[in-house]
Amino acid sequence: MPNWITSYLDKNVHVTPGVYGSPFWALVYILVVFAGVSLAVVCMNWLERKILAHMQVRLGPMRVGPHGLLQPIADALKLILKEDIVPEGADSFVFLLAPIIILLAVFSVYCVIPFGPTHAITDMNIGILFMLGVSSLGVLGIVMAGWASNSHYPLIGALRSSAQMVSYEIAMGLAVVSAVLMTSLNAEGTGTLSMIGIVQAQYAQHTWFVFKFFPLGLIAFFIFAVAMVAETNRAPFDLPEAESELTAGFHTEYSGLRWSLFMLGEYAAMIAVSSIAITLWLGGWMRPFPNALSGPTWDLAFSLFPALTFFGLAAMTFYSTMRMPKHAFFRVQTIGLGAFGAVFALIGLILLVPAVRDRVQDVYWFIAKIAVFLYLYIWYRGTFPRYRFDQLMKVGWKVLLPMGIGVLMLTGIVGLRTEIWDFLQRLVHV
Amino acid sequence: MQQVAQPVATTFFFYMLSGLAILSGVLVITRKNAVHSALALILTLLCVAGLYLMLYAPFVAGVQIILYVGGIMVLFLFVIMLVNLERAQKEKQFNQQWLPGILAALGLGTLFVLIFVKGKSSFPLPAAPSIAEGSNTQAVGQLLYSNYMFPFEIASLLLLVAIIGAVVMAKKRI
Repeated sequence: MPNWITSYLDKNVHVTPGVYGSPFWALVYILVVFAGVSLAVVCMNWLERKILAHMQVRLGPMRVGPHGLLQPIADALKLILKEDIVPEGADSFVFLLAPIIILLAVFSVYCVIPFGPTHAITDMNIGILFMLGVSSLGVLGIVMAGWASNSHYPLIGALRSSAQMVSYEIAMGLAVVSAVLMTSLNAEGTGTLSMIGIVQAQYAQHTWFVFKFFPLGLIAFFIFAVAMVAETNRAPFDLPEAESELTAGFHTEYSGLRWSLFMLGEYAAMIAVSSIAITLWLGGWMRPFPNALSGPTWDLAFSLFPALTFFGLAAMTFYSTMRMPKHAFFRVQTIGLGAFGAVFALIGLILLVPAVRDRVQDVYWFIAKIAVFLYLYIWYRGTFPRYRFDQLMKVGWKVLLPMGIGVLMLTGIVGLRTEIWDFLQRLVHV
Repeated sequence: MQQVAQPVATTFFFYMLSGLAILSGVLVITRKNAVHSALALILTLLCVAGLYLMLYAPFVAGVQIILYVGGIMVLFLFVIMLVNLERAQKEKQFNQQWLPGILAALGLGTLFVLIFVKGKSSFPLPAAPSIAEGSNTQAVGQLLYSNYMFPFEIASLLLLVAIIGAVVMAKKRI
């Protein structure tokens, strides 16, 4: 095999393709991440409709495929075939550019997301700054879309969105800084902004930062968790697209493929901010208890989890297959659902192979944590009513921002407690 | 076998970024539509952030994107969107004072060229960055809190005054 393929497969390479300087593997990772995120968005679309429906005691999509499994494909086909309309009087250049800007901003963030110690496209030493900066570019796309539509509802939606994002970014930044402060609690006393470095700092300090300096880490995480919902314009902070007031907010005038780009951007942004939260507070790619329950036996036990998850999914699918109506009309759907379960079981079997098992473990734990966050997103949407805009601003500026500053200062004080104590003692003795 | 990635096509990226920055800078003043101007300004700022990256100053580049592009320019657009653009588009964009304009441009240009040609000895080009690439942020932080403590504090005081001023001006009754 040529050198540019074998180079990164070397067992001694413990860095990401970007850091290693291998354009081929960086490209492979970019394609895998792009395809994976797009696939996740499709799954998320189906899951959201299904879970929301079950929360509201409905069935949700049931017609296209068994349990509506093929609904996302049908939706995608419909969106691609729909006419792409540019309204009259719209600024067509900005109008067409806006969804592309949103997608570019969202997918650039994935450059630094560490799915594992070596499973990231690259590792930057300003990783978290880069993520915050680039993800804040997404609001530009929303503002452009709202303004260029030359229509009232989109303009109001864009105004709301920019005000909301700028206000919540500050609280978000303060929460992030308090987590970055925690990375500096090592022998050298220097912290790191690199995403991989932050996770390694949590490993070195034997705790996830959400439990560090209880309850300071937890409060910072809470601030981020609220701000991140506001930042992605999701319920209960989905005022920019409040359908009862603004039809569909900033993307009212969009149709067809461009509208679906907005949806793709929104869901991809949800995954991106969830992975920031996971990296900063929930131990990133680390499995639960990497220090307390270490040793070969525990390693083996935890490495079986990915396979077990897929076996569980397969079992659920087979159970649903058995419960399918026994009418001739449903025969194709029943066979299809059975085949779906068989695919899950096959993936589970592949994940049992030791070589695969060791490689995908980190990725599995990262994705499992992301899945919890995405479920929370859906849960919020099914639970909370939408805020009023002045309430939203009040929460952002008068609750989260002072809390963020307080947590930041307290984290600094607690982190330096021995130094402060020494200083006070010296003061007394002098 | 750790391999350090070497910079690729540095000259090309430098000229591309600077060219884009100049081009979009020109667009900022020539577009009649204020929103288009603001978008061009955003492109300029992004190009400058890229140039910072090329100077091995990733922290400055990141802050440039967060503050200018993500913060200030969004607020710019926020205001511009509410302005009635139709009237602004009918107004004349340039006053016709070509002679003073050309003279000022020539004067400034000569000054720049003179400084570039003559001033090489008084402004020596900085040597290759002495700070390791990975510790840029730490170096900036340490310099800010040691050598440049006083200017840093003055700047923060200035910003505080600006914040208070904005609140005083915006609020009718305090």
